Amino acid sequence: MARFNYITSAFAVLGLAASLNAAQADEFTGSDEQRWQQQFMASVKQGRELWTSPALGSNGVACAQCHPNAANTHPETYPKFQKQIGKVIPVWEMINWCLRNPLEGQPLAADDSKMVAIQAYITYERRGVKLEPGKH
Amino acid sequence: MNKIDHSRRNFLKTGGALALGSTLPISLVELAFAEPSQNFSFAYISDAHIQHIKGNRFVRNSDRGLIRAVAETNLLTPKPDFVMFGGDLAQLGTQAELDHGAEIMSALSHKVHYVMGEHDYYLDLGAYWEKLFGPQYYSFDHKGVHFIVLNSIRTYGDWTYNRWPSNEQRMLEMAGLDNPNGSPLMVGEEQRNWLKADLAKVAKTTPIELFSHSPLQKIYKGWNFWTEDAEQIQVLLKPFQKVSVIYGHVHQIQYNQIGNISFNSVMATAWPWPYPASYAQAEQYLPKLTVPMNRADPFFERDATGWQFINVASGNVDLNFSLYNNTDRVVRFDKIKKHPEDKDFEDEKTRINPQRHY
Repeated sequence: MARFNYITSAFAVLGLAASLNAAQADEFTGSDEQRWQQQFMASVKQGRELWTSPALGSNGVACAQCHPNAANTHPETYPKFQKQIGKVIPVWEMINWCLRNPLEGQPLAADDSKMVAIQAYITYERRGVKLEPGKH
Repeated sequence: MNKIDHSRRNFLKTGGALALGSTLPISLVELAFAEPSQNFSFAYISDAHIQHIKGNRFVRNSDRGLIRAVAETNLLTPKPDFVMFGGDLAQLGTQAELDHGAEIMSALSHKVHYVMGEHDYYLDLGAYWEKLFGPQYYSFDHKGVHFIVLNSIRTYGDWTYNRWPSNEQRMLEMAGLDNPNGSPLMVGEEQRNWLKADLAKVAKTTPIELFSHSPLQKIYKGWNFWTEDAEQIQVLLKPFQKVSVIYGHVHQIQYNQIGNISFNSVMATAWPWPYPASYAQAEQYLPKLTVPMNRADPFFERDATGWQFINVASGNVDLNFSLYNNTDRVVRFDKIKKHPEDKDFEDEKTRINPQRHY
């Protein structure tokens, strides 16, 4: 009990910091969600800019030329067996295939913020579509 | 893969064509012999999207698609009466792109009639294109059929003349298919008035074939699979007994029948576009008649691209799609049902999985 009181008072002392910095791991507020959504949508926006950019590859070709609104990219089906590669791959490997071939450019690292943004954008365009890993 | 009808090999007259037998659409040739007195044929190449990188470099993929269509068209026996080019020869309307495209097209041993596409137009509003290919809209008669070419890719004057700081910016904004800053394509009043006057001179029994770049029907506005004044054009065509509209722009197989008017799209040589139904966030109106082409395999860069050989039988059109990495498709006008339909796949039960887009 004494220990509990100690913790409570310690939180009271740190009350100001706690209120600024989401008090409990399992508690979050509307403003937290708003901030997270803003962060996500900023990545989506960056992804859309990359998607339509002639500078992502080396020949001026942009992803959106073949995939308006990221249609026919099907992020909801990955990882899947990519028959042309002969193994199960995540969607970022397919994105790199497109960067290397139609765009004649350089591949991106899996954790490159640009690669994350591209995946955020194409997945956002498929929001609401049933998740079907492996589907062809 | 093309299905070769070996019994028809004797129609190929040249050694060069015979050597290419495995890639040529040999089965198409027989159609032209069905009723030699009434029939003629023409070839249709569209949407090459020749794209300049810099200096003497152009995007290889787009170049190869057009070069192949030109080479195969030259090998057709019997020779088609003429060739149509359905628009979007260039990607960003530059003189370099139009010149490069015109040079590839110059290898055709046929008379070529050109249709304007939005990628040819929005840099200089068609000025350089006109120097190379002639007027933006016109008509001609051939073997009893009245052919009309419209520039269907104009748009509102305010968007064209007042909205953008430079012509280059205007071109880039219209070039993005899914760009929300774009503007609906349209024929416009000037050409509608011209069309009305042109049609006034034509007997109602004369077959009409109208070529436009955008569909003269409304399918999906978000990607400009759309012509803003489509209904007004359809009204002008209504008094005629046989009307076919053939359009490019959509980079995929589409066909439809609205009253007396048959609609057929043609393939691109450059790249395929997804069907609008595969964009999950929007309503769209793909004609129910249309059996989609196969989903593209990107690892075959020519897959879901191609060109077509069009047979004009008794004033209606049959489209024979020559698909580079896929089974050829034939969409024929059915005289009893009075609409176009696929020769093999119209029945739901005959369709194959790659034709299902999602």
